[in-house]
Amino acid sequence: MKIRVRVNGQTYESDVEPRKLLVYYLRDDLGLTGTHVGCDTTSCGACTVLLDGKAVKSCTVLAVQANGCDVMTVEGLERDGQLHPLQTAFWEEHGLQCGYCTPGMLMSGYALLQTNPHPSEEEIRRGISGNLCRCTGYMNIVKAIRSAAVKLADASAEPSKEVAASGSSSD
Amino acid sequence: MAVRQTELRPLGKSVGRKEDPRFIRGKGRYLDDISLPGMLYMCLVRSPYAHARIKSIDTSAALQAPGVKLVITGEDLAAMNLAWMPTMANDQQMVLATGKVLFQYQEVAAVIAETREQAEDAAQLVYVEYEPLPVVVDPFKALESDAPILREDREQKSNLIFHWEAGDKEATEELFRNAPVVVKQDVRFPRVHPSPLEPCGCIADYNSATGKLTWYVTSQAPHAHRTVLSLVSGLPEHQIRVISPDVGGGFGNKVPVYPGYVCAIVASLKLGKPVKWIETRTENTTSTGFARDYHMTAEIAAEEDGRVLALRVKTIADHGAFDAAADPSKFPAGLFSIVTGSYDFKEAFVEVDGVYTNKAPGGVAYRCSFRVTEAAYLIERVMDVLARRVGVDPAELRRRNFIRKEQFPYKSPTGWTYDSGDYEKTLALALEKIGYEQLRKEQAEKRARGELMGIGISTFTEVVGAGPSHTFDIMGIKMFDSAQIRVHPTGKVIARLGVRHQGQGHETTFAQIIAEELGLSTDDVIVEEGDTDTAPYGLGTYASRSTPTAGGAAALCARRIREKAKKIAAHLLEVGEDDVVFDGVGFSAKGLASRTVTMKDIAFAAYTNVPEGMEPGLEATYYYDPPNLTFPHGAYIAVVDIDKGTGAVKVRRFLAVDDCGTVINPMIVEGQVHGGLTEGFAIAFMQDIPFDEDGNCLATNWMDYLVPTALDTPKWETDRTVTPSPHHPIGAKGVGESPNVGSPAAFVNAVVDALAPLGVEHIDMPIYPWKVWKILREHGVTE
Amino acid sequence: MFPNSFEYIAPTTLTETIELLQRHGYDAKVLAGGQSLLPMMKLRVAAPPILIDINGIDELKGWREENGFLRIGALVRHSELEHADELRARYPLLAETAVWIADPLVRNLGTVCGSLAHADPASDWGAAMLALHAQVEAIGPGGKRQIPIDDFFVDTFTPALEETEIATAVLIPTPAGRTAGRYLKIERKAGDFAIAGLAIHVSIASDGTVAEAGFGICACGPIPLRGKRAEEYLLGKKLTPETIEAVSRLVPEDADPTDDLRGSAEYKRDVLRVFAKRGLSDIAKELQGEVVLR
Repeated sequence: MKIRVRVNGQTYESDVEPRKLLVYYLRDDLGLTGTHVGCDTTSCGACTVLLDGKAVKSCTVLAVQANGCDVMTVEGLERDGQLHPLQTAFWEEHGLQCGYCTPGMLMSGYALLQTNPHPSEEEIRRGISGNLCRCTGYMNIVKAIRSAAVKLADASAEPSKEVAASGSSSD
Repeated sequence: MAVRQTELRPLGKSVGRKEDPRFIRGKGRYLDDISLPGMLYMCLVRSPYAHARIKSIDTSAALQAPGVKLVITGEDLAAMNLAWMPTMANDQQMVLATGKVLFQYQEVAAVIAETREQAEDAAQLVYVEYEPLPVVVDPFKALESDAPILREDREQKSNLIFHWEAGDKEATEELFRNAPVVVKQDVRFPRVHPSPLEPCGCIADYNSATGKLTWYVTSQAPHAHRTVLSLVSGLPEHQIRVISPDVGGGFGNKVPVYPGYVCAIVASLKLGKPVKWIETRTENTTSTGFARDYHMTAEIAAEEDGRVLALRVKTIADHGAFDAAADPSKFPAGLFSIVTGSYDFKEAFVEVDGVYTNKAPGGVAYRCSFRVTEAAYLIERVMDVLARRVGVDPAELRRRNFIRKEQFPYKSPTGWTYDSGDYEKTLALALEKIGYEQLRKEQAEKRARGELMGIGISTFTEVVGAGPSHTFDIMGIKMFDSAQIRVHPTGKVIARLGVRHQGQGHETTFAQIIAEELGLSTDDVIVEEGDTDTAPYGLGTYASRSTPTAGGAAALCARRIREKAKKIAAHLLEVGEDDVVFDGVGFSAKGLASRTVTMKDIAFAAYTNVPEGMEPGLEATYYYDPPNLTFPHGAYIAVVDIDKGTGAVKVRRFLAVDDCGTVINPMIVEGQVHGGLTEGFAIAFMQDIPFDEDGNCLATNWMDYLVPTALDTPKWETDRTVTPSPHHPIGAKGVGESPNVGSPAAFVNAVVDALAPLGVEHIDMPIYPWKVWKILREHGVTE
Repeated sequence: MFPNSFEYIAPTTLTETIELLQRHGYDAKVLAGGQSLLPMMKLRVAAPPILIDINGIDELKGWREENGFLRIGALVRHSELEHADELRARYPLLAETAVWIADPLVRNLGTVCGSLAHADPASDWGAAMLALHAQVEAIGPGGKRQIPIDDFFVDTFTPALEETEIATAVLIPTPAGRTAGRYLKIERKAGDFAIAGLAIHVSIASDGTVAEAGFGICACGPIPLRGKRAEEYLLGKKLTPETIEAVSRLVPEDADPTDDLRGSAEYKRDVLRVFAKRGLSDIAKELQGEVVLR
């Protein structure tokens, strides 16, 4: 079946089997292997991407359902060689260890900050509760998202900055 | 927050991780990210029965399905003498079942097709006719004389795998006979699973022209896997290249060799094409290395004031259908005999019986130094039982019994020589930091109001860093580890180690050790692991052994480089070698600090201007055989509140004070502690793999095997004391597993403490709310 | 894990959808949010030959108030109700319940109607809709019909929908008087299916007596169940410590739990009792003007 999907700003036209899951379309057909698969049961969130601006588990969406949609993956966070503040914050705050959950965490964190730019710790924990991490115990992930929120708020106070532009680009 | 990587003297600093830039961009390269031209996919057919005779296997429909290239059964493997493979515990395990299956989800056939979907579709078309056999789930029943004998391939007439003992039985009995106080407690450590976020998998790529097999695999121990594979398959070891790419968590799950690996290799050999096999989460949970499953009984003989005399432990260990425990050869029950913990027992006697049941094989060291978790949990739990019995505060009871600072090196009654420790200091810091006295006051007030609050302490000691070659080997291979360092002409360094990280941050911490020793910044050092064609031989990363073994190798290898560098420095400075001093940043002539050369100068000279007669170049390899293990310790305190209405336990506070000796990177150590505590929390409150009486696994994936989310996980408080290891080159001890080893007892002790007014002495993990509720109702407590 | 092969059809009108259901009957499954169906297909517990994706049918989107009902269209996602501030005052139970369903990612796709049509005994929405005395609107070849929620859950995973019918909306009567709602759930971990769940809806008349009472129970029987005895007792009475105590003892009487890995039947009943008491105490405080911090 023919589909047309915009992924990280680029439009792809593909012919896919209806049963192909969005995550495998991104990984196998488009080579975007940053989105990972960790379970069979929609439990872990390693496959989290933004579908028309909303964070979803791409293992539980058919590629054909993304027809005509806008998808953003972890590879879309960096703009013009500049890391998104969320990425920098994960690095600085040691928000990752094995790195396998990290792309999904980043996308959930990104989606959270889109709708709630100043989340409390509790709201962050709720916001990433669909993403499992086996290494970090979440402490530093929460810290990283808070730190990114502060950075983004500072940056949006100066609208000319690059980060302000990339912060709202997936809508 | 992390500091920059360009700083000199990086040891002990929170240097930002070198591995992160690729992971935060989605540019990590995990197994399933690798795709090779012409690659085929494999899917396994698994048994729905826990114990059944295979009457027939019909593969004809599967072979005719679209895209299918090959179907392999146990009989096919038997013809190649590959139906069975050795386990690391000197047992053997079926690769694909022949004759009968011994656990639910056991591997029965492999289907190889052009796409993943085709392989999975065709796997459903393999028809297997089974004749169910009586199932043995309970390890105690497995030992009864009328139990069905599960393993027909072994000559023995029972399901006992091994009986193992440590300590002095007679001397222990003697102390028990005369002891004023004896406490006894049955304690179960449930069957749990490491469950890394990335499941296991491999790509076998056999090149029939060169005869070389490249095997990409999610491996914590690539060199060991290569040797095992060579021994199993007969392929020459130098014609096997094992590449363990980025590993998405291991925790012991990626130490064993699994049947799917062998099947993928056989398929690649037969088809001459790369074959990929990626486990599903269900396959990971149901068939790969589980952990624990110990049924323990401990008795402590003590004086009336709680001073301990002797410890007696008997354990039934459920190993499942095959003994696939990943233990050092001489230790069928791992390092369980560390069970005397932090306490100065005069004598101890420990017995473990390993038993076969119709469950998945394993017994891996899950974030644990080979059964140390079971041991630490048991002693820390039973010390609390003793405290209650003699009416002494659990902190005070521990203090009374600690091995004192001046007793190190301490010889334990089960034969260990503890390297160093200061248990008093660590506990004192923990008590002060959590405000112990205040918490006890609060608890007394709450108890008066009928509220249930508990405080739990665990002051554990671990034994890690296997290990010294006189005692430690796996399948005969000694458990040293290695490092190789090459300093390039511009002073940039590539270091390769025999271990394989899965999130521990070796690319940063080992770079810090090497940079510190060589006067460079971590920016100048790249650490590579996981490719057997390039890295020196080593036994891998598990059991908190990387820093004690490979970390030692890295330091000593760098010092070997420094020795040569010193000679070159003398040449450049035109002074005698004895007159050259290294201050951590550069080499200078004694008394002439202005005349200094850096490692970069020396590196260039090593390739352009060496003293006459010196071999050019600047590189070294070091195989480090540690003289002893290391003994990290900690003092953990949990504070919990219990909801009387639902039985739910809320962990209000948790403080971990760890002592892992010299700290290489505080940020990474703290991160390791957070992660280990979270797994310990999960084990205490959520995780268990139960079976019904037919041997059906009841927690097959993350719907029922519960991994805590950010909402479930408590907030962790951490601190540390530093008691360096006297024998490790930089004094480090390893920390990755301490929090997982030490925390379960703190959680359970806290819950039992909360329920102590009701007379409760013990609850088995996992502490589900309905278990607590039942106890409350039995004692008439209700909301 | 991958679903079986299937034919995928994405109609844009209801008429088309009904025609497809008539043509394919049992072979066809309707895909809305897919958060239950797709995992079942991946595990091959479900293997429908035809998948009818209704996400492109505009008339099923969104919620609106009309004719004394809040009409929640079949494509309204859990997250929409979680964040609909406009609904908070009159339909507080909706946001209260939504936040307990799975996790934010699943809530972004999963639909309220889909969840009801799945007829899981542990359905959080099942409990909430019972408490709210809702109706499910279904359309089939014979036209439109309203199914009272009490008749909707026929058996475990079996809703009262014909093979050729589709649930198009759920209708919630607009409450009269001041309203409060609570959803209390105990789960083994965040986002898990309930060990036991209790949805409570109360609205009070100007004299302070209970004008509407709804109790919905989930995970304590083959289907979500109504706390009928509690409702009948409470109507016309005031919320007092005594009436709350009485209700809390009545709620478990309508539950029908079993012993399983999530606890004993006795445990689940008692949790329902505790939940009823806590939920109603909170509601009583709220309706008496006290702000309840949660």
